[in-house]
Amino acid sequence: MTFAFRSADWVLLSPELFLTAAGLLMLSLAVAFGKKKEEFLAFLAVLSIAVTAAMLVFVSTQPGRATSILGGTFVVDNFALFFKGLILLSLALTVLASSRFVGAAPYPGGEYYALLLFSGVGMLFMASGNNLISIYVSLELMALSSYILAGYFKAEPKSTEAALKYFILGAFSSGVLLYGLSLVYGVAGVMGLPELAKLFASAERSNLLMLGILLILSGLLFKIAAVPFHVWTPDVYEGSPTPVTAFFSVGPKVAAYAILARIFYVAFAKFHADWGFVVALVSAATMILGNVAALLQSNVKRMLAYSSIANAGYALLGVLGFRTEWGLWGVLVYLLAYAFMNFGAFTVVILLESKGYAGESVSDFNGLAKRNMPAALAMLLFLLSLAGIPPTAGFYGKYYLFTAAMKAGYAWLAILAVVMSAVSLFYYFRIAAAMFFTEGAASKLKSSYVLTAVIAICAVGTLGIGLAPEPFLSVLKACGLGQ
Amino acid sequence: MDLSHIPILSLITYIPLVGALAIVFLIPKEKTGPIKAFATLVAAVDLLVSLPLWWAFDRAGDGYQFVEKASWIPSLGVNYHFGIDGISLVLILLTTIVGLIAVYCSYSAITERQKEYYVLLLLLQTFMIGTFCCLDLFLFYVFWEIMLVPMYFLIGVWGGQRRLYAAIKFFLYTLAGSVFMLLGIIALYFYNTTGFMAYKGLGNAATFSIEKLTAVAAGMPAHLQIWLFFAFFFGFAIKVPMFPFHTWLPDAHTEAPTAGSVILAAVLLKMGTYGFVRFSLPMFPAAASNSRVIGVMVALAIIGIVYGAMVTLVQKDMKKLIAYSSVSHLGFVMLGIFALNMAGVQGGVIQMVNHGISTGGLFLLVGIVYERRHTRMIAEYGGLAKQMPLYATYFLILALSSMGLPLLNGFIGEFSILQGAFAKNFWWAFFAATGIVLGAAYLLWLYQRIFFGEITNPANAKLPDLTLREQLTLAPLVILALWIGLYPKPIFDVIRRPSEKIVQAVGGTVVEAPALALKAPADSVEPAAAAHP
Repeated sequence: MTFAFRSADWVLLSPELFLTAAGLLMLSLAVAFGKKKEEFLAFLAVLSIAVTAAMLVFVSTQPGRATSILGGTFVVDNFALFFKGLILLSLALTVLASSRFVGAAPYPGGEYYALLLFSGVGMLFMASGNNLISIYVSLELMALSSYILAGYFKAEPKSTEAALKYFILGAFSSGVLLYGLSLVYGVAGVMGLPELAKLFASAERSNLLMLGILLILSGLLFKIAAVPFHVWTPDVYEGSPTPVTAFFSVGPKVAAYAILARIFYVAFAKFHADWGFVVALVSAATMILGNVAALLQSNVKRMLAYSSIANAGYALLGVLGFRTEWGLWGVLVYLLAYAFMNFGAFTVVILLESKGYAGESVSDFNGLAKRNMPAALAMLLFLLSLAGIPPTAGFYGKYYLFTAAMKAGYAWLAILAVVMSAVSLFYYFRIAAAMFFTEGAASKLKSSYVLTAVIAICAVGTLGIGLAPEPFLSVLKACGLGQ
Repeated sequence: MDLSHIPILSLITYIPLVGALAIVFLIPKEKTGPIKAFATLVAAVDLLVSLPLWWAFDRAGDGYQFVEKASWIPSLGVNYHFGIDGISLVLILLTTIVGLIAVYCSYSAITERQKEYYVLLLLLQTFMIGTFCCLDLFLFYVFWEIMLVPMYFLIGVWGGQRRLYAAIKFFLYTLAGSVFMLLGIIALYFYNTTGFMAYKGLGNAATFSIEKLTAVAAGMPAHLQIWLFFAFFFGFAIKVPMFPFHTWLPDAHTEAPTAGSVILAAVLLKMGTYGFVRFSLPMFPAAASNSRVIGVMVALAIIGIVYGAMVTLVQKDMKKLIAYSSVSHLGFVMLGIFALNMAGVQGGVIQMVNHGISTGGLFLLVGIVYERRHTRMIAEYGGLAKQMPLYATYFLILALSSMGLPLLNGFIGEFSILQGAFAKNFWWAFFAATGIVLGAAYLLWLYQRIFFGEITNPANAKLPDLTLREQLTLAPLVILALWIGLYPKPIFDVIRRPSEKIVQAVGGTVVEAPALALKAPADSVEPAAAAHP
């Protein structure tokens, strides 16, 4: 393989390079400032994310960008751009939603923002990854930053426990993934996804290759928290500081879907009959377990954790249905909707947190309608969207995914998915019932400007896509791989 | 009257929504007087705007009327497409009338969180009318689902003791049914376009147009029709509710506030039967005329009629009694629809309206004594006729209308349904008729226990009779009941063309029936020869 470096390649990677520089700057400022000027640092973080987004827009106008760059390790196609946009959105929302909590924490805020930015860099690279090794390295950059973020509250046993669990299980799954990658490389002798696809087009299936694919699948299923690799999720989501949980439930998952879709759509498309069966079973198990376990939770963060497990199950329908365009659209529409609704729901949890760091029970939502009506209405909107009730963004996500399953011939999965989505209403609406039907604390609940803004952005996204989906749906149609 | 230049259906649909938003943003929640007055005004305006439809509607017209169409989601082929035929027309008018009554009857019953209450009532009205106006299946699904949300809150916030349970049960049951319908819609959509699973699509342009999809669906192979018929069936049957999917109904009805029960009975249940006549029959004629499918449907309908009536007999709670009687009455509607002939379908549609009038009215009446006594147990009452003569009179008229006494509306519907059923199979009519006997029994017995005899409970000794406002909520229903009972021809005229189309779609023949000519010249049944296929 010859590496031809073109200067144009670096232009295409400028958003990632800029964000790396911003992260490094943030780290040095953290040393300089300590616990001071954290709001300024937050502002700086949002600003650098915004500049990155602007550079992304610039990149999208570059001609010929959809070819692979840097020796075939990365590709900046529309698919990647879509995910990068979504990742930056979740990153910016996380910074905004964190400001109050970072201020209350006894640890320097600069570190926190730097870690977020580094994790963001990893995710941006993941969205572009076009080669087994570049994918793995960017995944690790994201993951290592996440482990530390989970344990940001060093003195808090729950936070430390979450970080430790996340790290041990995450490292193990990375090992599994790497082993799978090495097996595939051993069989094929090439690393690039297009090269693999070309090679497999004429290759016979071999057991060693199937094992490699299965191990890769397992490693990625861990990242998206699909059954049976989901056990870390409730504990990590519960133990991590809530803004970090909100981030975990959106950012890293979105990025993991990007590589899952790219690897399996591009490289392993030929063997879909083999892995499709496994993915179908995993999807079914994930939807059932996620939804049923969520019914039993009294802690909102754990409930939302199981809900996000269930959501991973729905999204896998899109991976299954990749042979028609509906599968890919389904994943894209769903993740877009999911980013808004899930982040919004977690932000309302953040708003409710009384002590800055506490497990939230469903009863904490009691009487929210009287304490803060706009927040309660926004939460209701997010819950409706999560349950897939039209006209919200979540409905379109589910509509496309169910469609993908039907088109791909998995009618039984589609039926299971709709039944489970009806079941999910039960636990989502426990929160709605608490907010509107139950008496709670008498005091009004004040929201900060920043949190209000985050909730408003998520609510506008959720309802806006619901009422006027056309602009989004027509853009997504152009977001195919390699476009 | 020419309404062709006005988007009249959108106006009727969104006036309540605009009113609700106005209340949210313009009237502070402490000013309950202005909130009530304004909500009533909005509902009244909505009723006034909807009335011209009755005169402007072309009874001989074949297609949908007052059509509005605009592109909404071109990527999916979804249009904002409104239009009505005679069946939707009568249901829309029923909705606007009941909508006004629901607002007006809540003045004294609702004392907490009034602003939210009236906002939700108006929102519910928008969603209900929208559902009846839709000519786009996707849009229909959107209205159909979102309608559950305001109802959930009406039951959950202002309901009785077990309101939380009843609210979530209502939501879950109806949602569980409609998600199957969603799968059916997706399948239908792809059958028309690019195909799904093993089925090759027809390759047509993507559309959710009900007219186009009806034509396409009717040409599907029979086994696929049966699959899709049952996908839609779950959505509609739970809403109707048909036995054995009815268990949410007594809970929801009993726990809902009076206005909620009235709307549930008068309009929401009709969504299910409306779905059967608008979608299930014309879209899947091969399934709907399949003898096994008919067997299942009719069996469920008759079980609903008889079982519903028997359970009604033993109820001790007035509201629950009337709720269970709905199961029986809706069984009648389903029996009429699946008789698949003119008498049956027309009777079914008229009975939808009748049930809305009489059962809606009975719920209003129960709400009125509940406000005075805060109990709905029948045993708590007795001898009210002396104390509340006006109340007793209204109750009597509406109870008689509910049990199908001639000269009142219920008779027309039940007679027509029985005639349709009889033309198909004697035993259907026989078993259904036992439901009428039982119906007379539970209503008369209820009436006797509440109104006759001496006042034994001192708490009832000083109950005030109806106020003017309460009379005003009841009087329109009584007038409608008398009107339909005495002179049903106008209603038969309006629903005749769409009913003919439905009957033709399922392979029935449309012939004038001399037997029914006395009562309703427009009505017709199949000839006797076709009665036993």
